[in-house]
Amino acid sequence: MKLRDAPIAKTRSRILDRWQPRAYFARHAQVLIGSLGRLAQHPVASLMTMAVIGVALALPLCLQVFLENARELTGHWNESLDLSVYLQKGAGGARAEAIAKQLRLRPDVAVVRVVTAAQALAEFRQFSGFGGALDALKENPLPDALVVTPSVAASTAAGTDALKSALAAVSDVESVQIDTDWVRRLQAILDLLRNLVLLTCALLGLGVVLVIGNTIRLDVENRRSEIEVMKLVGATDGFARRPFLYAGIWYGAGGGALALILVATATLTLGRPVARLATLYGNNFRLQGLSWRAGAAVLIAAASLGWLGAWLASMRHIRAIEPA
Amino acid sequence: MIRFDQVYKRYANGREALAGLSFEIEQGEMAFLTGHSGAGKSSILKLIALIERPTRGQVIINRQNTAGIGRGAIPQFRRGIGVVFQDHKLLHDRPIGDNVALPLIIAGVPKREIDKRVRAALDQVGLLGKERSRPLELSTGEQQRVGIARAVVGKPPLLIADEPTGNLDPELALETMRLFKRFNEVGVTVVIATHDVHLIDQVGARRIVLGQGRMRP
Repeated sequence: MKLRDAPIAKTRSRILDRWQPRAYFARHAQVLIGSLGRLAQHPVASLMTMAVIGVALALPLCLQVFLENARELTGHWNESLDLSVYLQKGAGGARAEAIAKQLRLRPDVAVVRVVTAAQALAEFRQFSGFGGALDALKENPLPDALVVTPSVAASTAAGTDALKSALAAVSDVESVQIDTDWVRRLQAILDLLRNLVLLTCALLGLGVVLVIGNTIRLDVENRRSEIEVMKLVGATDGFARRPFLYAGIWYGAGGGALALILVATATLTLGRPVARLATLYGNNFRLQGLSWRAGAAVLIAAASLGWLGAWLASMRHIRAIEPA
Repeated sequence: MIRFDQVYKRYANGREALAGLSFEIEQGEMAFLTGHSGAGKSSILKLIALIERPTRGQVIINRQNTAGIGRGAIPQFRRGIGVVFQDHKLLHDRPIGDNVALPLIIAGVPKREIDKRVRAALDQVGLLGKERSRPLELSTGEQQRVGIARAVVGKPPLLIADEPTGNLDPELALETMRLFKRFNEVGVTVVIATHDVHLIDQVGARRIVLGQGRMRP
């Protein structure tokens, strides 16, 4: 072995202690990529962790997508809510037509359809299956009726209420019905579901933090000797912690991306059958997936949860590791 | 540079490693700590690097009483000391260049400056061109020199080494000691713990002989 006769620098200055922003951010970028490289060294284990996070996040996201679509759908129903106006017995078909003509002039009415007692009986006979029983009746028990569709401007809760009282005041009108109760109930159910989404979000978010925290804790334990060496040559706790925090961010973001893929797959798979069903009901409703903005928010939230889990785990453990 | 004043060190298991040790090493001096195993050589180095704290007495490094250095100030303090270990303590998952660069990366030195200084340090230990090799591809002697390059890359005023030649054959050991001597010649204070008395005679430097945690005449 021969040592080269290289000149040894005469300076004995200590390392530059000044904070250098460019070096600092370059170092962060390097650790960001480096920690991803480390995850790639154990692809199966890393993907398993991300998959657990992905499935955990996909559950509340699917619920949320379902909820958004249900809201969209019931919103449409609310708009096209018709009022059923039942006339007094014996008012007659001519009177019904006259009232209809009068109502069509109102600005808050879009469409008026006359359903005479005879038409109603025929429909009932056809759809109810009680044809035989109806034959036993001497006279038609059904009244003449009008189906009134409010104009778009009047399709608010207050607008339909005002229209309802106006219609009730017309002579020969027996009663007016709006079937809003079930819509209200449905919306209460949707509100409940919304709270459920928030609750599952909170619980599964906590789960994600714990999963990542545990993964990072094992990671720190596996790299104990490396952390010792770093501290021996002057690393602060923060420096030693950095790669683990970035690893947590990667786990979280990876899990978030998987969750988005799962939700997108579910939305695309269900899209066709839902569209067919809607078409059968004469509705052009289409299933909506998550928006780009919501997707970005999910990724950021997942990455933040990952960072939090990693921070909680590495905070204590890295501090406790001291060279001996 | 280094002053021990009536230093006692008793470990948690009750073993007393140092019992009222006092000595001084001047700035720019080179000194060997010798004595049979268990005499307290490693304890002294650990007290210097703040890996351990004295049970009693004062350790003063670079005119600074180590008792006044809190936990948060230790990283900064250690950056002023180059440490060489018997088992090298290299990181096997990264190339030689990155191992040597570690103290500079930690201190936040810009990349261009790091590359320059890493090459200079590897040149000084005769390993220029090995930046991309992995530690396990090198011989034990070469790994030890990588450890030395890492210790000196930050140009610390103080270099300490714990049995740096323990795993080397005599010829390699002498080369390594001469390398330390060259660093000392440019002004670095060097403290080396070794039990190899024969080697010390060949290099020629001050000897601090220890026995039962005290200085021996």
